Order: sequence, then structure tokens, then C-alpha cells
Amino acid sequence: MKITDQEVLHVAGLSRLKLDEHELKRFLRELNAIVDYMDMLAQIDTAGVPETVHATMLTRALRQDIPERSQERAAALANAPSQREGKIVVPRVIE
Amino acid sequence: MFEIARLYRRFGLRPVELLEELLGTIRRDNLNAYITVDEEGALRDAQEAEQILAQGSDDVLAGIPLAIKDNICTRGIRTTCGSNILADFVPAYDATVVERLRKRGAIIIGKTNLDEFAMGSTTTTSNAGPTKNPFDETRTPGGSSGGSAAAVAADLCAGALGSDTGGSIRQPASFCGITGLKPTYGSVSRFGLVAFASSLDQIGPMAHSARETAVLFDAIKGHDPKDSTSVPGEYAPIDLNALDMHGIRIGVPQEFFAEGLSPDVERAVRFGITAYEELGARIVPIRLPHIRYGVAVYYVIATAEASSNLARYDGVRYGLRADGAKDLTDMYLQTRSQGFGAEVKRRIMLGTYVLSAGYYDAYYKKASQVRTLIARDFSEAFGQCDLIAGPTSPVTSFGLDEMMDDPLSIYLLDIYTIPANLAGLPALSIPCGFAEDGLPIGMQLMAPHFREDRLLGAGMAFQDCTRFHRVKP
Repeated sequence: MKITDQEVLHVAGLSRLKLDEHELKRFLRELNAIVDYMDMLAQIDTAGVPETVHATMLTRALRQDIPERSQERAAALANAPSQREGKIVVPRVIE
Repeated sequence: MFEIARLYRRFGLRPVELLEELLGTIRRDNLNAYITVDEEGALRDAQEAEQILAQGSDDVLAGIPLAIKDNICTRGIRTTCGSNILADFVPAYDATVVERLRKRGAIIIGKTNLDEFAMGSTTTTSNAGPTKNPFDETRTPGGSSGGSAAAVAADLCAGALGSDTGGSIRQPASFCGITGLKPTYGSVSRFGLVAFASSLDQIGPMAHSARETAVLFDAIKGHDPKDSTSVPGEYAPIDLNALDMHGIRIGVPQEFFAEGLSPDVERAVRFGITAYEELGARIVPIRLPHIRYGVAVYYVIATAEASSNLARYDGVRYGLRADGAKDLTDMYLQTRSQGFGAEVKRRIMLGTYVLSAGYYDAYYKKASQVRTLIARDFSEAFGQCDLIAGPTSPVTSFGLDEMMDDPLSIYLLDIYTIPANLAGLPALSIPCGFAEDGLPIGMQLMAPHFREDRLLGAGMAFQDCTRFHRVKP
């Protein structure tokens, strides 16, 4: 198998996901099957072919930087899981 | 839709009456097409529509009840994406497409079921449970816009919006015997669409007929300053007269009739192509040599973009936050591990893998180059033809519990729909027949960028001489 369980755990860590034993086994098998399939891309000669990163022909979609009113603070905070005094509360970051 | 508009004006039917009847039908129904039905909001919309109609409005969308896929933000109506991580998320704003439909006096009934974060083609990975196909309740409606497709097919709304990243409008339209349009990338604002793969995602309309689909497309399309990928310029309304097919060249790629295509689907789609020939179109054999790499390219690019887009679900600003975390990192880990389902985790990890150090060139960069080759195949093909025709899906709807254990074989079923997303092209699925077991089959038409007029006009021409889109479950 191309991807090892160490790599699955590494990728899970980068993705901020914690896997249990069962998930590790399952994703190890599935990710290998999918990546094996994707390896067909290696056969294609793409020398000198530019990359397409978006599907429109737009090049510079910049707008004027003009301040305008958008959401009120209360509306923007309404979905926050924990808030106090108009700010979002998170677990302690600095010891 | 046109029938309802006529009943309002000629026979004195009132939007509130129609809505109450419809809400009753939805309550009795067990397809699980809706995640949320906003009875109060819909009633308010219906009352407003009555006023609009009383003022003599000739807008066909006034008082028309519509359903919105649950990954499109609706102000004050829960928008869950079928995920535990957004189970209680109530947007403070409407997506641009919803705002535009409201301005036209449409009634927003509620939010339809989908695969979690639109990642799937079965509408089974939703935290709201699977949606059933109205033609056979043991089968999938397709996906990811399966709730919208089932709701349209079963007349639980008069039209719906879906989103299409790799076929999520067209494939369920095909499985449920309705019409679905994936518009040109950039022609419909994505503002308020919960992002899955931003360079591929596109909102589009679903309805019984191409004509109704055209009315909905006209209502939602056009430039939006809130979406930087939205293409500026004039968008002419779609002509609701069928396209004259005489002299229209329809390209038929041999790659679309390859191994794995079900004989029922092939027969129905070949019938559809013959029908166009009889209407005066010229059939041109074409080649799309890089199409066979489409699925591999797609699952690199879509998962790479998804891994980045879904990084925002961290339990901080909105959505689920896991209890009892010992520090910030642990909160991220627990929130995301509890909040996402298996398919979403698999795609986030795959995307993280193909973007990670040492693999970026082999996968992401390579796939982006092959994407260019696929787009070039289409540019060359459209030098020889005006439309491309083929199947929407290689199969008809399958059992709700089939193939659950093998994600790759499900991914491979997207083979015919993915290329339009990679190239940003508009594509339409229209009903073109039924399999021996009675399940609907869709034919896919593709056109050059911004030629939805040609697509929908050709759809109308086909539907003016066939009845497949009128067959009820």
C-alpha cells in the first residue's frame, strides 16, 4: 500500500481530525484505493501545459475599496457557540 | 409553474390556498425531501404574493412555491448542509439567488436534503437521513441535490435550486425524471452558497420542464458584486420558444458511450439523439480524448479545495463546538471529529494529502494541467458542433444501501457530469426515457460558455415533442 497508517494519521492531524481505530483502518483502505486510481494521471504528458485553477476567463476581479455597512455585530455573533461582551470566547491559548 | 400562474390569474386561486394544500401534502409525504419546512415564512411569502398579484403583476414567479437546497443560505431559516457541524446554523442573510427569487415574489417553502456538504451522489450521507426516490422508495434520488430533485418530481414544490460541483444537479435530475441545469461557471452568484470546491461549484435550477428551468435561471443569473468570480455583463433573457433544430450540429462523443454504460441508458439516449436528428439537427461524431481522466482530476481538485474551504469549521464563530476540550487545538480536533461525517472526513483528508509537501506536484499541479487538456478538448469539439449530447449518468437509480462500502465505485459514476464542471461549461439534463423497471433516464446536453439559451432551447424542442418530463412517479 502506498499510503501508510503513519501518513493517514499525519494527514488527519493536519486536517484537525482525530481518528479512532476503526476509522484509521477504513480510511487507510479507502484512501489507498482512491490514490491508486488517481495515479493514472502520471501517465499523461503535461509538459508545457498551463494549469487551470479556475474556470472563468476573469483575470482581475477587484472592486473599489469603499467602506459600507454590512452585518450588525449582534447578527454576526448570533451563531457563535460562546460569546461575552460582543466578543467570541475560546479556550485559553496563552499559558 | 405556468399552470399555477394561470390558476392565480384566470381562476382566482390564491397563493395562501395553494400553499396550505401543498404544506399538507409535504406533511403527509415520507420521501424525506426536506430538511426544514418553513411554514410560517412561506405563509408570509404567500400573503405578500397575494398583494403582488392583486396589483396585477404578470410575473410568472409571483406566488410560485420553491424549494432551496440546504447548502444555500436563507435568512432566518436554518441552513445545515446536512451536517452535524451546522445543525443549528441560522444565516443572518440570504444568498443572492434567494434574494433574487424573493424579489420576484416567489414563496420559499423550505430547505431540501443533500449529501453532507454536497459531497456525494446519493443523498444518503445527510445527518437528516436519506431521501427516497419518488419513482421507487427503496432507491436513491441521486445527489447531492437529491432532496430538490425528489421534491420537484413528487410535486412538493413547483421548482427548486440545487448546486452542482461534479454533477449534483444533473444526476439527481436524471434519476428523478426532471430537468436540471448546471449553468456556466460565473453566470450565477455563489454568494451565500456554502463552499465545497469553489472553482467548480455552481448553483442552478431544477424543474419538470426546460421552460420552467429557463424561467428560474433567468431569475437567478447575472453579475453580483458580492461574488468575485461572477462574470459581469449583460445577460439576455432566455427565449421561451423552442430552438429550431434545423442546421444545429450535435456532437456525440464516443467516449460517452463507453464500457460501464447500462444498455437501458444507452438505448434511451440514442433514442434522444435520433429524435433531434428527426427535428432537423445534424449528428457529428466527436472525440474528447482526455475525458477518461476526468474523475481522477476532479477528485484531486475538488478535495483539495474542500480541505481548504472546510477549515473554517473550527467551533469558534458558528456551528458546533465540542464540550470539554482541554485547549484550543483539542477543541478543533473534537469539534471537527464529532461534527463531520465519514464522507466529508475522507474528502478533507484526501485533499490535505494531495496538497501536502511532496505530493503537490504529482497530484494537485498535475490535475490542474490535465484540467486544461479537458477544457481544450471541449474548445476543439465546439469548433465542429453547437451542442454535445450523451448520457447524464451511466446508470439509473440504485438501491439506497448499494455500494455504500466502496466510495471509489460511487465516484466513478460521475464520469459524464464532471467534465462540464472542470471546463466551466453549462450542461442540462432532460428526461429521455425509462428503463425496463420504470426508472427515469436523463440525457445530458452541453454547450459552449454562456450558451444556456441554446441548451434550454434545445431542451424545449425535445420536450415539445416528447412526454418523458410529464410522467409522474
